[in-house]
Amino acid sequence: MNRAAIIWRVASFAVAAGFVAIWQLIANLKLVSPVFLPGPDRAWAALMRGFSSGDLWSKLAGTLEHMAYGWLAASIAGIAIGAIIGSSSRMRTYVAPSLEFLRPLPVSAIIPVAIAMLGLTQAMALFVIAFGAIWPIMLATIHGFAAVEPRLYEVARSLQMSRLAVIFKIALPSASPDILAGMRLSLTVALILSVVCEILAGLDGLGHWVLLSARAFRSADLFAGVILLGLTGYVTSVAMSLAEHRLLAWQAAQR
Amino acid sequence: MRANSAKALVLPLAVLVAFEVWARATHLQSDSLAPPSEIVMALFGAFADLSILAATRDTLFSAFAGLAIGTAIGLAFGIAFGISDTLDRLMEVTVEAIRPIPSIALLPIALIALGFGHRMEIVIVAFACVWPVLILSRAAVRSIEPRLMEVARALRLPPAQRVWKIIIPAALPRIFVAFRLSAGIALIVAVTVEIAINPLGLGAGIMLAQQALRPDLMLAYLVWIGVIGYALNILLVVAQNRLFGRAALSGDGQ
Repeated sequence: MNRAAIIWRVASFAVAAGFVAIWQLIANLKLVSPVFLPGPDRAWAALMRGFSSGDLWSKLAGTLEHMAYGWLAASIAGIAIGAIIGSSSRMRTYVAPSLEFLRPLPVSAIIPVAIAMLGLTQAMALFVIAFGAIWPIMLATIHGFAAVEPRLYEVARSLQMSRLAVIFKIALPSASPDILAGMRLSLTVALILSVVCEILAGLDGLGHWVLLSARAFRSADLFAGVILLGLTGYVTSVAMSLAEHRLLAWQAAQR
Repeated sequence: MRANSAKALVLPLAVLVAFEVWARATHLQSDSLAPPSEIVMALFGAFADLSILAATRDTLFSAFAGLAIGTAIGLAFGIAFGISDTLDRLMEVTVEAIRPIPSIALLPIALIALGFGHRMEIVIVAFACVWPVLILSRAAVRSIEPRLMEVARALRLPPAQRVWKIIIPAALPRIFVAFRLSAGIALIVAVTVEIAINPLGLGAGIMLAQQALRPDLMLAYLVWIGVIGYALNILLVVAQNRLFGRAALSGDGQ
């Protein structure tokens, strides 16, 4: 980073701090009822209190766990199914249109069906999260497989590679930018669905925490939970960008 | 083309027929599944007593009101950030701090501040719709042909006219792409809020059908929500092609 960039960064942080100060001022002057809007000082105190008593840690761990399991299951299944469909032109003509038809369906609408089948359980949450997160990954994989440079397939044919070898040696690496982009989209979906499932099923996690805090009108705890959820979204998406950068370094070097 | 679209129908039809036959043969008794014929009957029933139409109206009202507010806010900030690099850099940390908050996490805040009903749903939908519009319209404004801006300067257009006569028309195709994305998000968020907590619209309808142990009605709602999502998407894609043709494609996929 050069000097100008650092100065801009600092200025940008100062502006953000200014907004927090305005928030504090509004809270101090009680322009908005403190029942709804705690000052940043109270939200911060609630955050620290939650962490030191261990409550928030366990809630955060619960949410991360739901998110991670659902997302990983969706990633594995999505890439596998996407690879099966994407590597066969017959599957593409028969199956892909049905998937395109299902794509705009708001995935949360599957929640009542999952509740009817599995009850208000951990398994229901995992099913819903995985079901929601699988779409971007699966469709990205199919798209990535379809967009592989045709000459590479010709090479594979002349080398008489098996279908599995074609998938692992040619199609998957060449589709990896699409797949990783899909996995990144799914991360957001997984976080949102984790929160919704925790709210609905009362599972241990930040979603349940913010709802309970709201019910009890403990607005400072509520804001602490929301801030933590924002942080979770931010950290996971930064981590995903770093992983993407790492994993695709070989492609950037090629161009 | 026609052969391909016929092939596309084979799989869903086969699944439906197989499911119907299986359900009939085993005299299915379930709280979560119903044969397709019963789902269709339930859908007709819900249309006949107008319940599903009222629910659709409530959901679409919240979704579109939130979409309109969110798009307006996102567009205003997106254009401002696109024009002024200084403003964009100064606001960067603030925007990046608020953006990753999952929209649904605002639900409890909206709940205690506004109570149940349309208003809290609209606020959450609007929050979710701001970001795609803000980011894509900012990029669209930045990529406007520099000579157009030079023309505006040479003509000494006042800032308001510069935005209205040069920037918005030039960036409109890509702004519409952002709007299309946001419209899909608006519907998803509206239904999600209704399922999670708000006793209103299609989301509440499907939850109620589940709690009443009416799998046929529940799945009828699911099908109907899918149809609405699909129709909205098609409508916007067609509108985009009609209005902008290939111009919008340059904004897609970025």
